[in-house]
Formats: sequence, structure tokens, C-alpha cells
Amino acid sequence: MTTDGSKLGFYLLLAPILLWLVVLIILPHLGLFWVSISEKIGPREFQTGFGNYVTFFEEPLYWRTFARTAIMSILATALTLIFGFPIAYYIAKLTRGRTKTTLFLMCMIPFWVSELVRTFGWMILLRETGVFSNLLQYLGLVSGPVEFLYNDAAIMVGLVYTSILFMVVPLVTTLDSLDDSLIEAGYDLGGNSLSILREIVIPHAMPGIVSGCIVVFMLSLGNYLTPILLGGKDSLWFTGMIYTQFITRFNWELGSALGFLLLALSSGVVFLGLKLSRQSLADTMGRA
Amino acid sequence: MANPAPDLQCLDLTKDFDDFRAVDHVSFEVPQGSFFSILGPSGCGKTTLLRMIAGFQSPSSGDLLIKGASMIGVPPNKRPVSMVFQHLALFPTMNIGDNVGFGLRQRGVARAEIARRVDEILARVGLPGVAGRRVDQLSGGQKQRVAIARCMVLEPDVLLLDEPLGALDLKLREHMKVELKSLQAAFNTTFVYITHDQSEALVMSDNIAVMNRGRFEQIGPPQEVYHSPDTAFVAGFVGEANRIDARLVSVNGPVLTLESESGAALSVEAAQSGLSAGQRAQVFLRPEAIELTTSAEGLEGRENVTKGTVASVLFNGANSSVTVQHASGTPISVALPQTGDMAKLRPGSTVYTSWHPGRARVYPAPGA
Repeated sequence: MTTDGSKLGFYLLLAPILLWLVVLIILPHLGLFWVSISEKIGPREFQTGFGNYVTFFEEPLYWRTFARTAIMSILATALTLIFGFPIAYYIAKLTRGRTKTTLFLMCMIPFWVSELVRTFGWMILLRETGVFSNLLQYLGLVSGPVEFLYNDAAIMVGLVYTSILFMVVPLVTTLDSLDDSLIEAGYDLGGNSLSILREIVIPHAMPGIVSGCIVVFMLSLGNYLTPILLGGKDSLWFTGMIYTQFITRFNWELGSALGFLLLALSSGVVFLGLKLSRQSLADTMGRA
Repeated sequence: MANPAPDLQCLDLTKDFDDFRAVDHVSFEVPQGSFFSILGPSGCGKTTLLRMIAGFQSPSSGDLLIKGASMIGVPPNKRPVSMVFQHLALFPTMNIGDNVGFGLRQRGVARAEIARRVDEILARVGLPGVAGRRVDQLSGGQKQRVAIARCMVLEPDVLLLDEPLGALDLKLREHMKVELKSLQAAFNTTFVYITHDQSEALVMSDNIAVMNRGRFEQIGPPQEVYHSPDTAFVAGFVGEANRIDARLVSVNGPVLTLESESGAALSVEAAQSGLSAGQRAQVFLRPEAIELTTSAEGLEGRENVTKGTVASVLFNGANSSVTVQHASGTPISVALPQTGDMAKLRPGSTVYTSWHPGRARVYPAPGA
């Protein structure tokens, strides 16, 4: 009787996540896939085929934007790691108690504000009549207003800023678990800061690095707001292209195909990243 | 000693933390090739002292010399010392060979040479062919030996050991004590070992320093520390001892007559106790210094004979003991020889205890 009862409890507890998976993830994707393999041959007339996918490869704008989005996202992930690692190391290893909590909170606080508001914050800083432009003019370094917005660098700044927390949190967690005596042992055996970082700290932090990178890469690749707002109309971000197909062009079939290609891209890059770093998904997600 | 400069020399070493003095004017030297233990209760400053020698903390004042060269301001990775950490600190992300070879890699030794020396050192600590294994595939004792090999492969002048046996179970700890001592003899390297376990220190050391509240109370060979402790703290901390609070009644040359708090008369031989009549004192008496008999026969003329009853028998093989309750005062612990009729002792049996005045130690009571 008790086993029956506990079984029931198990399924009841499992139900929400199953429901969530099936209704909100699997069903929409099946629907989307179905739409993506429907070719429009006339008004309200469709036939099944991969024509939409062929269109993607035939039109350079599509696959160039696709490649550009992937490369920019990888670059954003790398930059986030480079900026996030020292922050995480400082919080995890060089501070104690209250200071640690305060610093960690200070990393979190910006995320209490919506992404939209934060991005507008950057626009206030970067626009032609913005803070940086005025500051440079005031200092006499430039003669006229400078536009910092609407270029790739602005997109990159926005992407790194938006996702840095998702790099710092898993890194702090893994670095926290690194025993200080291992670092001391490294020094004691004649290691210098660089070799200890390379041989002891980074191998230990690898699961955190990989899980942080996966999350940041996914967030950047699927980001819509930041590239559009900071990069302007010509930001050429793949999510923007999908949006255009669905909303402006009303071409759901091509939009779905592009969406599926984005899914394949993110899965492919994550898989490659895991292979290169010799980590398994279960390992990294379990530890971080 | 032919070597003019000892391997390790501390001169008036002091370390202050804010308003707390962890190490208080400690001076000692360790000659080449000897096993030196620093024994003390937790919080006595021994770990701070060791970390200063390793270079992880810098002394507030005083000097630290290794082979005659001052180490003040020298970072840990430039000092000719290696340390075996309390929890060994083997790198879990590397295999055994890479762990042991870590120090050599930092020195830029050629790859083939590293492999050769790693294999050689692993063979010397009795673990040939484990270089390819992961750290978690080894047992506690094997990890211990890998940690020592990782340090010894660098041929340090001094090897520091921070209670490395603490995490092992009792049986293995007993075994590792003997093994550490023989490894030390085989490598002929100076070992500085810190521990709170007096039996580890007694078994392994050439010299023991007993540390309390940041100070060295006594430095000497194990026998000396055990049999003629300099201070009441050493007498109480090293080995088992019965402590009897007493008051000095009279001094007769080397023989002191005292009266315990419970009113029993004690006679103790102490040539230079520095005590004067009327002063309060503490008498320390080892359990094995007390003789136990079941009858008063043959005890005529002996000193410090007292009649008592057995309060409890603590059987522990060769280390068995009984607690004896005298007519007054606190019960005392007496070693129980596993011979003859002593084996028949039961709680409530009547026994006589006696001890030679020369085998007790007397110190002024703290604050007296």
C-alpha cells in the first residue's frame, strides 16, 4: 500500500514538469517543425518538402546572418568568460563572509531590473547625445558628438553585460569548492600564479566554465532585444530575421525553418564545445 | 655535527594577529636529517609556525633560516621546503604521475626526465606503477605516500608535515607512524612534523618541542620530554599522568614532604623544584610509576603507601589500567600489569598503591 501511495506521489510531483515539457516545449516544436516542412504553392495550398530550408541556403543574406550570429555569440561568450572569471575568482577565493555576500549581491542587483530597461540604460550612455559622447566633448578629446550606438561593438557590450551574471554564478560555485590548500600546495611545489591557474584552478573550474559558456552562448544566440536596440535596424541578428519572417513578412513557413536551423546551430555548437573541453553535459549541469 | 648550519633555524620568531599573539618568541634549530616534532593542543600556534616556515605567513618579528640563509621575504614557491598538507591536497584533476611530477614541471625539467624521476620516487615510497592511476583510486595510506613522494621528488632541504595522519583510521595511523619514520631515515631529509597526538610525536621524533599558547615549553628527545618534563603543562600533556594538588609542608634536602588537598602525606624527590614550605604545588604521577599490590606484605619501609579500593577496571590489553579510590581525594589511574592475581581484580577489591619518591614530578601550582 505504501509503495502504491509513494508511486502516486511520485507521478503527481512529476506531472507539472511533464506537462510543461509536453505542452510548452515538445508540442510547439512539433507544430513548428510541421510548419517548416510545408511549402506554399498557392493561396492556402501547401505541400510537404524541404523547400524552406533550401531557400535558406540559396539566399546568402540568410546564411551569412546565421554565421555572423554564431560567430558574434561565440565571441560574446569568450569575452564574458574573460571578464567573468576574474570577478568570480575574486568573489570566491579572495573575499570572506560579509564582503563575499555583498559582492555577490552587487552582481545580482542589476538583474532585478528588466532587460529592456537595462538596455535603454546603455542607450543613454552610448547614444550621440549620451553621457560618453558629452563627456568626451567636455574633456575636449573630440570636437563633435560621437555615435557609439548601432555598431557591432555596442551589440557586444550589451551581450556581455546581459549575460555576465550567468557566467559568474556557476564559476563562483565551482571555484568556491576548490580547496585553498590545493592552491597553496601548488605554490609550495614551486608553481607560479600562471601555472597554478593553468594546471590547478582552470581544470577544477572546467565544469563551471563549460556550463557558464553554454548558458551565455544560448542567451546570446537567442537574444533579440539587445542586438536590435543597440545594433539598430542593420544589426543582422538571426532572431531578428526570424521575427521579420513571422511578423512582417507573415511567412511562417520560412520563419519556422529558420527557427529550426537556429536550434540545430545552438545544439551543434554546444556539442562541439563539450567535445573540445572533454566534459559531459550531465557532469557540468550536475555540478554547477 | 659536521654541518655548521642546521637545516632549519628559528630565531625569536613571533607572529601577531590583530591583538592575538599566535607564536611568541620561538627559537629552535633542527639539525640535518633529523625528525623534529612540534607537539601541542589545537590552537597553540603550531600550524601558524609551520605556515611561516613554508612561507604562507610572514613573521611579525624574528628570523627564519634554512641552511643558514634567511627566508624572510622569500615566497613559498622559492623556498627549499615542501609541505605535506593536513588533507594532503593532492590535485584531483591530475593522475598520480602528474601530481608527483608537478613540481618538476614547474622547474622546467625535461619530460622524459620527469617520467623517470617520478617512477623512481614512487618505487621508493613503495608504490611502483601507480603513475597512471587517478587520485581517488588509491587508499588513504597510499595517498599519504604519494603526497610525500610529491614533495620528496623535489629533494627539499626540509619537509614539513601538517598532521597528515589525522584523517586515517587508528590501525593505519599506527602503521603509517612506523612507515613515516623509516621513510625519513631512508631519505635522510629533515622532517618537521606537527601534531596534537603525543604518541605520534613520541614514536617518530628525534626531538620534540612541546608548544603551548604560542611558546615552546620544552625541547628535547622523547624520553626526556616524557620522563623529566620541565613544566606542569608538559607533564600533563605528554603521556598519561595523575595530577595531585598539594601544599608543601617541608623540604629535607632533595626530599619534599607535601600534603594533598585531601589530607594525604606525599613524599617526592625533587632536587631543584624552587618551592618553599607552605607553597601550593602540583604533583604529577605516571600510571606506570605506581606499584599495585593486593596485600600490605612486603611494603614495610616503602614510601607513599596507601590503601584503597578499585573503583573500575579498564581492560585494554597491555595498556590496561585500574582507577583506585583512596580513603579521600580523587581517584587515581594505575597501570595494571596483566600478570598473576592482578587479573582477578574487580571493582571493590582492596589494593595497596605505592610509588617511589623519585618517580613523581612536582611543580608550583599555576598562579602560586
